[in-house]
Amino acid sequence: MQRIGVFVCWCGSNIAATVDVERVAEAVKSEPGVVFSTQYQYMCSENGQQLIRQAIKEHNLTGVVVCSCSPRMHEATFRKTAESAGINPYMVEIANIREQVSWIHKDIEEGTEKAIILARTAIAKVNLNAPLTAGETKVTKRALVIGGGIAGIQSALDIAEAGYEVDIVETKPTIGGRMAQLDKTFPTLDCAACILTPKMVDVAQNEKITLYTYSEIEDVKGFVGNFSVKIRKKARYINEDACTGCGVCMNACPSKKGLNEFNQGLNNRPAIYIPFAQAIPNIAVIDPQQCLKIKNGKCGLCAMKCPSNAIDYTQTDEIVEREYGAIVVATGYKTIDLDKFGEYAYNESKDVVTSLELERLMNAAGPTKGTLLRPSDGEHPHDITFIQCVGSRDTSGCGKPYCSKICCMYTAKHAMLIREKYPDVKVHIFYIDVRTPGKNYDEFYRRAAEQYGVDYIKGMVGKVYPQPNGKLLVQGSDLINNEQVLIESDMVVLATAIEPEPSVRRIATLLTTSIDTNNFLTEAHAKLRPVESPTAGIFLSGVCQGPKDIPETVSQASACAAKVIGLLAKNTLKGNACVAGPDESMCNGCSVCANVCPYGAITYVDKEFRLGGGKTETRRVSQVNQAICQGCGACTVACPSGAMDLKGFANKQIMAEVEAICKR
Amino acid sequence: MQEVKEYTPLIVAFCCNWCSYAGADLAGSSRLSYPANVKIIRVPCSCRVNPMFILKAFQRGADGVIMCGCHPGDCHYTSGNYYARRRMSLLFSMLDYMGIERERTRVEWVSAAEGAKFANVMNEFAKTINELGENKRLEDLRCK
Ligand SMILES: Cc1cc2nc3c(=O)[nH]c(=O)nc-3n(C[C@H](O)[C@H](O)[C@H](O)COP(=O)(O)OP(=O)(O)OC[C@H]3O[C@@H](n4cnc5c(N)ncnc54)[C@H](O)[C@@H]3O)c2cc1C
Ligand code: SF4
Ligand code: SF4
Ligand code: FES
Repeated sequence: MQRIGVFVCWCGSNIAATVDVERVAEAVKSEPGVVFSTQYQYMCSENGQQLIRQAIKEHNLTGVVVCSCSPRMHEATFRKTAESAGINPYMVEIANIREQVSWIHKDIEEGTEKAIILARTAIAKVNLNAPLTAGETKVTKRALVIGGGIAGIQSALDIAEAGYEVDIVETKPTIGGRMAQLDKTFPTLDCAACILTPKMVDVAQNEKITLYTYSEIEDVKGFVGNFSVKIRKKARYINEDACTGCGVCMNACPSKKGLNEFNQGLNNRPAIYIPFAQAIPNIAVIDPQQCLKIKNGKCGLCAMKCPSNAIDYTQTDEIVEREYGAIVVATGYKTIDLDKFGEYAYNESKDVVTSLELERLMNAAGPTKGTLLRPSDGEHPHDITFIQCVGSRDTSGCGKPYCSKICCMYTAKHAMLIREKYPDVKVHIFYIDVRTPGKNYDEFYRRAAEQYGVDYIKGMVGKVYPQPNGKLLVQGSDLINNEQVLIESDMVVLATAIEPEPSVRRIATLLTTSIDTNNFLTEAHAKLRPVESPTAGIFLSGVCQGPKDIPETVSQASACAAKVIGLLAKNTLKGNACVAGPDESMCNGCSVCANVCPYGAITYVDKEFRLGGGKTETRRVSQVNQAICQGCGACTVACPSGAMDLKGFANKQIMAEVEAICKR
Repeated sequence: MQEVKEYTPLIVAFCCNWCSYAGADLAGSSRLSYPANVKIIRVPCSCRVNPMFILKAFQRGADGVIMCGCHPGDCHYTSGNYYARRRMSLLFSMLDYMGIERERTRVEWVSAAEGAKFANVMNEFAKTINELGENKRLEDLRCK
């Protein structure tokens, strides 16, 4: 049996004016468990708290009920008071007789009666309270960043700057991501490589950062502060320490017909290659599907030519296992497949390109060395038509329902760059809306339209017809002049929607974190916790969370790093004391609870149980990780066996509250 | 007739800690009154509300039960209120089948900023329950 003390607060006149506090204190004296009750003007004041501490000691109290303001106001205060007097802080309950009684019921009789019922309800609960302690776990002071685009790079640099070790895992042979493929960048038009490659070098040179390129996440176990991750380092067939990146091998290789991924497949590369000149690490990699030596044992020319003896055709994948305290997801995006958009003739004509392909066609390090040439015949184009919103804001089911956010700005950029360099080229842009919120963004767009003479046409394109003369006939509508237009163009550029990199689905599953219907990773709170995932210890950086341009990506990446640093700065993590847990004798291991837990806190173990008579049986039962459980209670209601319960808000406690309220 | 008037119905309100309980606090600090027969039970999230709690309330003589949570999409635990919504719609159709008027149970989304909404919802719900009168269907007379 508990020994409960009840403390009724006047809150000056806030409560005492409409609740007869003395009557409340008197009325609860006969409640089960109550051994002491009193009232005082300000319970939260030092004197009030002293009164509680003294009563706890004098009357050997095991539980405390404070009838006062909302628990959201002073629950923490009174828990501390109780703790300092030597009883467990979770033995305190609050009856909210201010917000729920005195402030809204003006009739003293009515208010006093309700206050007594609320006090009884809290007493009924405390009778069933048990001391709780929040678990503590240690924090591994190392972070993992998945994805080495600008988002991953920025997060990693910031975390390393604060003094913590960071590993970056990148699937491609080099870091840099999509930004490395871009030519110039809005809104300032500085060259992407000029601002990105120094950061890539910083990553390579930073002692705190370890790079795993051409690598993949194989498995993730553990929880916030204590993740254990298996990384698959795919065989490069190159001894990384020996390779100097001289590139001799690339010239030696006779198998030159691989699609150059870095140039969006617009030209070819040899089977052994370095993705681009400023790749980090600047080390070759062999495409095993294309290498004649690996495929059928004939060739080996590159090994003969390599001055550093770096080539090893027998290399195999390697699995590395590492521990982390925090994980950042920065897996970025790709442009969508255009198979469902036959009307734009993308698969029929080489001269219909995506905007990302155009970036490569305009880039000095691209397939045409930066001279804009028509892909089909290498001729100078005279007329180029851009089509915006290809697959974006598309509710037909072929594309994506969302706005890709960056296309209006990069299309204005493309138009401006082309008009600047080739004033003879006519540029038309079909758009639904031009959306340019952002610092200096609308000014940028207006410059394209007003100063660069770009022909903006509000309307959609119905179809692109490749003509026998090699031209492309673009048929669209001009909504402002209310007419159909036909434009004969040399090239058509599709501002193609972006979508999360598909591998993010697998990553999200491994990390037990959630993605939305468009495969973007979900944040813990759309407004207030935008860089954390709902799973503790997993953070979001860059386009994997939603469409963004570079300035926004970098801001988010730094915000994400700040959150990671905040976590890694702690030596231990104090968990939530009100966590769920199963009654193992009732649990049948059905998995229902694990399926509803928003945090992936529940796993299963095989346990041996005594049956009596010396017999035992082994059964699968659920197990709640106290460091992960946030105490929502979803599992407790889902459990068909009634095995799962929540500490602090247990079934019995809530039932007791219901009974106390309903007692007439 | 006289008797019915004197009877004050009893209403149990389950409120999630993060939105609706805070909404009730705001109703209080804004001095927006609602009937004293509404009694609140605080739960961490609407998904903590076991249908058993609601059945228990009716069994013990409650005349109306209302569950309040964060607006869809705003649950502190991201998806708790979706679970709660599904569970309650099942429970409510079962109660309906048992002959408990549909109006005796309700789900409302009240944010921490919606003190006025909280008070309105409670006033309106209390009015409905007043009109319905005593709930005799599920009440366990042994508990009296
Ligand atoms: C045509 C075009 C033009 C643009 N022009 C501009 C511009 O002018 N200005 C501007 O501000 N923005 C521009 N952008 C937007 C810009 O590209 C993005 O904002 C930026 O690249 C986002 O960076 P990120 O790191 O989030 O993603 P990404 O650049 O996509 O990087 C993600 C990285 O993660 C890696 N990865 C993916 N999956 C995994 C996995 N499972 N495991 C390990 N690694 C993985 C990828 O290989 C990649 O390296 C443009 C975009 C396009 C399409
Ligand atoms: S209480 Fe919520 S967070 Fe904890 S295990 Fe149950 S469902 Fe998961
Ligand atoms: S739902 Fe209940 S019975 Fe099923 S595994 Fe979870 S705790 Fe055990
Ligand atoms: S926390 Fe309010 S409904 Fe989940």
